[in-house]
Amino acid sequence: MSSSEALRPVGTADWASDQAQRRVRRRYAADRRLQAYGIIAIALAVGMLGVLLASLVSTGLPAFLQTKVELPIYVDPSQVDAEDPSSGKYRVLVREALNKAIPGIPEDEERSVGKILTSDAAYILRDYVVSHPDSIGKTITLPIAVSDPFDQLHKGVIPKEMNALTWSQVSYFERLQNRGVVVEDSGRTSLKLDVYVNPAEIEAGPPPSGDFAALARNSLQAYLPDVFDSALFGLLADDAPEAIAQRVAADPGIIGKTVPVLFPVSPPVAELAKGKTPKVLNSRFTPEQIKVFDAMEDKGLLRTPFNWELFFNADSRFPERAGLAGAISGSFYALMVCFLLSFPIGIAAAVYLEEFAPKNRFTDLIEVNINNLAAVPSVVFGLLGLAVFLGYFGLPRSAPLVGGMVLSLMTLPTIIIATRAALKAVPPSIREAALGVGASKHQVMMHHVLPLALPGILTGTIIGMAQALGETAPLLLIGMNAFIPSVENMGLLEPATSLPTQIFSWADSPERGFVSRTSAAILVLLGFLVIMNLIAITLRQMFQRKW
Amino acid sequence: MIGYILLLLIVLAAFSYFFGRKRAVRAVEGREYLLHSRPNYHGAFVAAWVGIPSVLLVLVWILFQGTVIDNLLLASLPPGTMDGMSTGQASLLLSEIKSVAAGNMFSEPSLVVQEAAARYQHWQTIARWSMFVVALSLALLGLAVSSRRISADFRARHGAERILSGLMIACSLIAILTTLGIVLSLLIEALRFFDRVNPFEFFFGLNWEPQIPIREGQVTAGGAFGAIPVFAGTLLIALIAMAVATPIGLYSAIYLTEYAHPKVRAVIKPILELLAGIPTVVYGFFAVLTVAPAMREFGEMIGVPIAPNSALAAGAVMGIMIIPFISSLSDDAIAAVPRAMRDGSYAMGATKGETITKVLLPAALPGIMGGVLLAVSRAIGETMIVVMAAGIIANLTMNPLEPVTTVTVQIVTLLIGDSEFDNPKTLAAFALGLVLFLATLALNIIALRIVRKYREQYE
Repeated sequence: MSSSEALRPVGTADWASDQAQRRVRRRYAADRRLQAYGIIAIALAVGMLGVLLASLVSTGLPAFLQTKVELPIYVDPSQVDAEDPSSGKYRVLVREALNKAIPGIPEDEERSVGKILTSDAAYILRDYVVSHPDSIGKTITLPIAVSDPFDQLHKGVIPKEMNALTWSQVSYFERLQNRGVVVEDSGRTSLKLDVYVNPAEIEAGPPPSGDFAALARNSLQAYLPDVFDSALFGLLADDAPEAIAQRVAADPGIIGKTVPVLFPVSPPVAELAKGKTPKVLNSRFTPEQIKVFDAMEDKGLLRTPFNWELFFNADSRFPERAGLAGAISGSFYALMVCFLLSFPIGIAAAVYLEEFAPKNRFTDLIEVNINNLAAVPSVVFGLLGLAVFLGYFGLPRSAPLVGGMVLSLMTLPTIIIATRAALKAVPPSIREAALGVGASKHQVMMHHVLPLALPGILTGTIIGMAQALGETAPLLLIGMNAFIPSVENMGLLEPATSLPTQIFSWADSPERGFVSRTSAAILVLLGFLVIMNLIAITLRQMFQRKW
Repeated sequence: MIGYILLLLIVLAAFSYFFGRKRAVRAVEGREYLLHSRPNYHGAFVAAWVGIPSVLLVLVWILFQGTVIDNLLLASLPPGTMDGMSTGQASLLLSEIKSVAAGNMFSEPSLVVQEAAARYQHWQTIARWSMFVVALSLALLGLAVSSRRISADFRARHGAERILSGLMIACSLIAILTTLGIVLSLLIEALRFFDRVNPFEFFFGLNWEPQIPIREGQVTAGGAFGAIPVFAGTLLIALIAMAVATPIGLYSAIYLTEYAHPKVRAVIKPILELLAGIPTVVYGFFAVLTVAPAMREFGEMIGVPIAPNSALAAGAVMGIMIIPFISSLSDDAIAAVPRAMRDGSYAMGATKGETITKVLLPAALPGIMGGVLLAVSRAIGETMIVVMAAGIIANLTMNPLEPVTTVTVQIVTLLIGDSEFDNPKTLAAFALGLVLFLATLALNIIALRIVRKYREQYE
């Protein structure tokens, strides 16, 4: 800025000049830009939440239905002893029922066709017969879950047929078509490629020998030099190298020369050339299985009822039979312990710190401690539980009691902080009035302040419990991710699992069906969290008072 | 058994409440106005004397019974059995004895074990019954002592209130005990680790391969405990998370506090807070199910190979989780800037955007910084997302497209499954836990101090 400009009187500034106008416009554009960044940021955050929920719902919803076969089963008295129904030959019964329902299954395919049903089919039948002994000798119709691949097939999650060619293979073929090397030769689609018959690699024979396959690949590669993808060679038929071999056998003179050779393409590519989309059977099924499964569908044996087993079955190695009962009850036990410990202790600590504690270094230390505990990573609490509860006190591993104790240490700060806030919100006039009519400090607390603060305390407690319900890492460290195949032996000291650790175990399972189950389990967990938070919100709204 | 004993004690305490009440009323022959304290205080006083000492005794008994019996059991084995046994083998022997005692026999146990199992069962029964007898007699003693004191002049209310105060103080001490427990257990196990592994190697070594020694005497063979790659991985993922969360969180906070209509704000803010309420295991699964495959496909499309468990996927998802921390803390910081500063800026003719970038943000910067530091400590301590979506193998790289591992992943993978506290592999987890605890603690203290100082400035 030159000195003359700086000295110019302010009054003479020309606000209407183009320059000034442009400056104002620029400043407002910057303002709008900032606003746009804000909107973009919020859209991103909300969009992420939406993507998260949408992907969970879309993968998880199918698991709430389960495909079942309603198979009429003749409970043959010669296979099942009425005296001792628990040790019958149920596997045979199921196979016979399957044969009867879908006649004409070849004997050597029986095993693979049997895999359409869940591997637990015999046990389902056994449990039914054991609980209904009068069914022996009768024909019963029992819905039996189908195994996971067929469940997904029936729900349309996985296709029966897959594209035989990848989209990159299709694009390679299209590029070859544009080059004009794709020709129809006596009813067979072929690639007319120039081949340099390398004398260093090919012996004239007879019969001619050498790596004709490599020759074929090299010549195809020469047409698409930028493609480094072995899938490219899938375009050629298996017998494509034969084409060169025959040419060399017919005329050994071509060795050392470059000649055009017609290479037949693989069958799916031939179909592609005819304008169709080539398909192959999904490799998870055999043709016989598909035939039988289609027959079941035609006969109307398939049902997809609501998957109550998801809630009432315990864990299983087979996705179609796995349920959350063990996890839900484990979480329930752990949360119960957590509540019983942290609720009274949290309230007592908060009341003391807020109402009774003298202001000194010691109580300051306690307060700093509580605030710091709230920020300690959860996995550290797991280490504490492992070293102290399991290591020093020798409590059993995987037990909900230990899980609940660790969780209660984590929720204590939340409850204490919420309780103190609720106590602070009770106006001093209440306390003074009670003190004025001669109540002791404890009486003021127990009879007046605490009841008035209770809704706030409960709200904080429920929110703390909801946090504890989703906590995973500390439970993993104390081993609360046991495999629980039955809910009969649940107890505070028995090995257990919990909802979040069950989600973790299922997410780790290699079986594809567990992907859907995991999402479903997450939806169940989120459902519990939503319910708990709704209760907290209604509590707050119902009892919140404005003083 | 223990449950029944506790239940019995609680029932007894409830009964003694009514007993104490009745006794107080009878002491003044029904003329309650003669009593110093209302009858319920007498009841509560007696109940506390009956219930509290006996229940405490049972709890302490349970905590130590196992250890005491184990030691007695090992001491009672015929001399020579324990010679040359490591603690691991001893605990194996103990668990064999216990499973034999519980009736689970897989193979014919040795005579020593059978005898020990019989002894174990015997002692267990003795311990249970003696606990029952001792607890019950303590409760009855409490009843006798306290109900004796009931009279018209007895200040039962003061007694009951003093007991209540004591209980409350005990409860607030639990917070300190927890911190103490964390520090001590981490420190003790970490020191045991540093006994076996040189701390210098741990803090500065570049090679992290914590394998279990396969046979005895193979001291950390094949195991290397240089934690630098683990720390570097943690920082890389936290950095990515912050790179995602800071701009999104900060800009949404700016928009929500300054631009948004109150109605929009009332809707959007809880939605953002929802992101903080989702359990982290859900984010982990989201990373594995959706984000990592999407990134991989995108990488394939542009010709860049992206590992399925790349640091980028884990970090990005962690960033999403952290957005609400940053946005709500920045929100608070911006809202706390005094109105006068805002008005002054407007009075000078500044646009809203200029007021935000030139006045509000500089003024709120300490608060925002504090929030960012708190978020960093969150990111470092976050476990499930990285356990599910990041790598396990330590890989010293700053390339976000490659898998790296973190402190929390190592803690979980080292400790999942069986854990005996006598090999460097499990102890290493505690050393890492100590580092994690101290790092997050330091970050939190610094962050809180910055935030507090900044608040004082404007108050």
